[in-house]
Parts: sequence; C-alpha cells; structure tokens
Amino acid sequence: MSLHQTLRNLSAAQQVGAMFVLVFGLLVIASLTLFMLSMREKDDTQAQQSHQDRISDLSKLLRTSWALIFVFWVAWMAGDITRLVLFALGSFFALREFLTLSPTRQGDHRSLVLAFFGVLPFQYYLVATEHFDLFTVFIPVYVFLALPVASALANDPVRFLERNAKLQWGIMVCIYGMSHVPALMLLNFPGYDKKNAFLVLFLVLVVQSCMVTQHLVSRHWPKTPAAPNISQSFTWHSWGWGMAVGSLLGAVLAGITPFVPGQAFALSFIACAAGSLGHLVMKALKRDRGIPIWQGQVKGVTGAGGMLDRIDSLCFAAPVFFHSVRWYFDL
Amino acid sequence: MSHDQPEHKHWRSQLAARLSPLAAAAVSLFLLGLIRVLTGAQARWWGCPPKAEQRIYFANHQSHADLVMIWAALPKELRRGTRAVAAREYWTKSPFKKWITSAVFNVIYVSRERNAQEDPLEPLVEALAAGDSLILFPEGTRGHFDDPQAFKAGLYNLALKFPTVELIPAWIANVQRVMPKGEVVPVPVLCSVTFGAPMQVQAGEECHAFLQRARSAVIALRDI
Repeated sequence: MSLHQTLRNLSAAQQVGAMFVLVFGLLVIASLTLFMLSMREKDDTQAQQSHQDRISDLSKLLRTSWALIFVFWVAWMAGDITRLVLFALGSFFALREFLTLSPTRQGDHRSLVLAFFGVLPFQYYLVATEHFDLFTVFIPVYVFLALPVASALANDPVRFLERNAKLQWGIMVCIYGMSHVPALMLLNFPGYDKKNAFLVLFLVLVVQSCMVTQHLVSRHWPKTPAAPNISQSFTWHSWGWGMAVGSLLGAVLAGITPFVPGQAFALSFIACAAGSLGHLVMKALKRDRGIPIWQGQVKGVTGAGGMLDRIDSLCFAAPVFFHSVRWYFDL
Repeated sequence: MSHDQPEHKHWRSQLAARLSPLAAAAVSLFLLGLIRVLTGAQARWWGCPPKAEQRIYFANHQSHADLVMIWAALPKELRRGTRAVAAREYWTKSPFKKWITSAVFNVIYVSRERNAQEDPLEPLVEALAAGDSLILFPEGTRGHFDDPQAFKAGLYNLALKFPTVELIPAWIANVQRVMPKGEVVPVPVLCSVTFGAPMQVQAGEECHAFLQRARSAVIALRDI
C-alpha cells in the first residue's frame, strides 16, 4: 500500500508522467518480447511462414499502439494550443483519407473547401474557447444545412443525396468525433483539476485494449462471424471478450479518473461498445467501397497509410464517452 | 545618365541571378510540403524501380497540377535529372509562371502552334541527347473525360530516335479532384502516381499501333 500512498502524494503532473512511464515501459516489454519471438526458428517452412505472419500481424498492432500513445504523450506535454493543432491535423488527414475513397464531383468542390478550411478549424476553435453548447450542435445542426446548400448552388443534381451523405458522414466521424478527444481535457470535474490528461489516456487505453483483445481473440479462436459479408473477424464471442477486458481495465484504472470503480466500469463499457461497433460500421463502409482496409490496395493510395483504420474506433467512442460523462456528472 | 541606366539594370539582374536559386530552393521546399499535405504525393513503383536511368515517363493529363504532382512524386535524386515538357503558351504567360517552371521545375517548353521552320520536338531531342530524362504528356492538351485522349506522335518519334531510353507509362490519379477547372482553392485528396513496366517500340511497329499500345498501357495502370 506504500506504493499507492507515494503515488497519491505526487503532484498531478508527476502522476500523469508516471502513468506514461508505465505505459511506455509495457510497450517496450511487448516490443522486446515480440522481437525475441521473431528470432525463433521453426523446423518446417509452413510453420515458419504462419509464425512469421502472426509476428508481422502483432507488430502492426503494436506499432499502432506505440503511435497512439506517443501522440497522446506529445499532446500532454505540449500546451493546449499545440494539442488542439495536433488533433486538428489528425482530423484533417482522416477526412482526406475518407473523401479520397468516396468519389466526389466537381460540384462538391465548394462544400469540400468549406469542410476542410471552414468547419474543421471552427470546430477546434470552439473546443479551444470552451463553447461547449455550440461545439456539440455546430456540425449536426448548422453544418448539416450549410454544406448541402453549397452543393445545391453548384447546380449539379447527379447523385446529390449520395454525395452529400458521404461528406456529412466524413465530417461527423473525422471532425466531430475526433474533436471530442481534446474536448475531454476541458471538462471541469470538481476536485480533479489539471488531471484531465488521465481521462484522455483512460479513454484511449480502454478502447485500444478492447480492440486489441477483440482482434487477438478472433484470430486465435475463430468462430462464426456475426456478419460475414461485412467482417470476417467480428464475432460475438471476440466482441464479448473485448468488451469484458476493456471494461475491467476501466474499472482497474478508476484511480486515475474522477470516477469510482463502478462508474469507471460502466463508462468504459459504453466507450468500448461505441468504439468497437463504430469500427464495424466503418468496415461496412469500406466493403461498400470494395476495399479491405482504408488505404485500399496492398500499397494504397494514401501517403499516411490507413490512418483512419486506426483511429475510427476512437472517433466513435469519444463523443459517446464525452456526452455520457457530461450528462452523468452534470458538468 | 544614359550610361547609368544599363549599369543599374546590370546590377539588378545580377542580384536577381544570385537570389533566384535560393528562392527556387525555398519555393520547391514549400511546394513539396504543400503537395504532401494536400495529396500525399505517393509514388507507386509498380512496374519498375525508381532508378537513375535515362527514361521517358509518359502520363495522362487532366490538370495543370499534373506537372507538379509527378515532379513531387519522384524521389529527390531523380527529380534533378528529370524534366517535364510543358506548353510554352501557358507556362510563360506571366513572369511568375515562367520563373517557377524554369527555375523550380526546370521544364522544357514546347510550342503548341506548328510552324513550318522549326521542329517542335527539337528541344526534347536536345534534352535527351544531353542525358536528361523526360516527363511527357502525349495527349498534348488536358482531357476532360475519364479516359485519356488519343496520343500524339511525338512519343513515337522520340522513341525511334533514342531506342536505348526506357519508356515508362504512368497514371496520375485524382489530381483533377484537388483543383477542378476554374477553382482557386485546392482541396485535400490523396493522389498517387503509378509507374508501369518499361515498354519499347517493337521492330517494324507502326506509329498508330504503338501509340495505341502506349495509351492502353497508361490506362491499364488506373486499376492497379
């Protein structure tokens, strides 16, 4: 218990720092283990091949986790403005990727300009200035009307609904969803000042561990997929495991949040459900476009390479998490 | 006084000549950054590796930005010795356009207007003889349809004159979506340049047949 006491006595910044040290340490151990495993030789070539496939699959997952944690570490180290710029850039690249794969026409150009250079900066400006009421309705209410108006004025009726729906979707996921992550930093919990970085980290850790568990379980204990035409890897079995691990981790991590373990469990459950099911929805969208991962073919059209694939669960989890927390604690 | 004027001019042009390479380096760095942020500028070396051999890259042409796009997609080492072919009428219209195409992109100008005395391919032949690689848009003008227009004979003639130069088809995807005709503000969309397998004029192949083969090689890269 003395370790616990020591941690309690640290300042908020030191606690957050210790948290990152812990997480980075875990990642280093995971990477080293994977490296050792990759050195192991198998006797026959087929076993060697499947061993190698598994290793490369795992290292991809690990790389994503490294990147996510690194970004959040930078976001925490940096000031409020830098942090917002970082997330705004995330939105920018995610939306760029989303729209690349949804064919737009010349008539959409003005709405696209509006989305990238109007809606995106303004949404983050609203976060920065803590206009929470406008922030939550700006895109679903005002932009919802403004963009189709710009499209209609472009005088092109071909596939009008489809084109606009795609743009709205992209904006909701990539800008609206994403912007809720830095917005968590600005929630004012009584008696929890300056530790909101924990809350962001909490959300990321919980959702990411849910996704990783789900992935690993579906890979090692394949069951009948729930919707085989959408996703071969989504099974209720693996989903259940992911939810259980994510929510339990949330309850364990309750100490770093303003919640008691029961609340932390429930909120992580909600966040994990939103994240994992949102990921499934994005998979359906990808299937509709005929691509297995966002970056398209083996070496796809994206430069950044499948960024949306990695953050889509967070984009869906963040708004749900944010609003349930705000509603429950009446902030 | 009459003596002063040329002196003054001379001094200014010298300064401009000194500053121009610096400005060109700065502008090219800025453009590369901008293009990467907006489009990703990804090069997909599908049919051949990026090697410093003498080559003629030929690609579809849908936007003035194609030139900038393929320039940005090439690796730094190849960019220097690879010169795009651009229409003189458009790219020398203003002093800025002229400066950016000559100092930054180092293009070769060709005239669209035919004139009996000079061969329009002359500057290209010179560049190839000097060992440069070329980026060519054999449609001549920008197309407005999904499929490229018929190719012009220049590619065939150059290939006959320089049989050792590799001909590399390339497909530039999505650039017209970044900045459609008549728009000023570019929109971020991921673009890529796919480079195909080298091809050559076969023994006794007719001009028309070769151009059609070259065109379908470019189109075939669209779906890769």
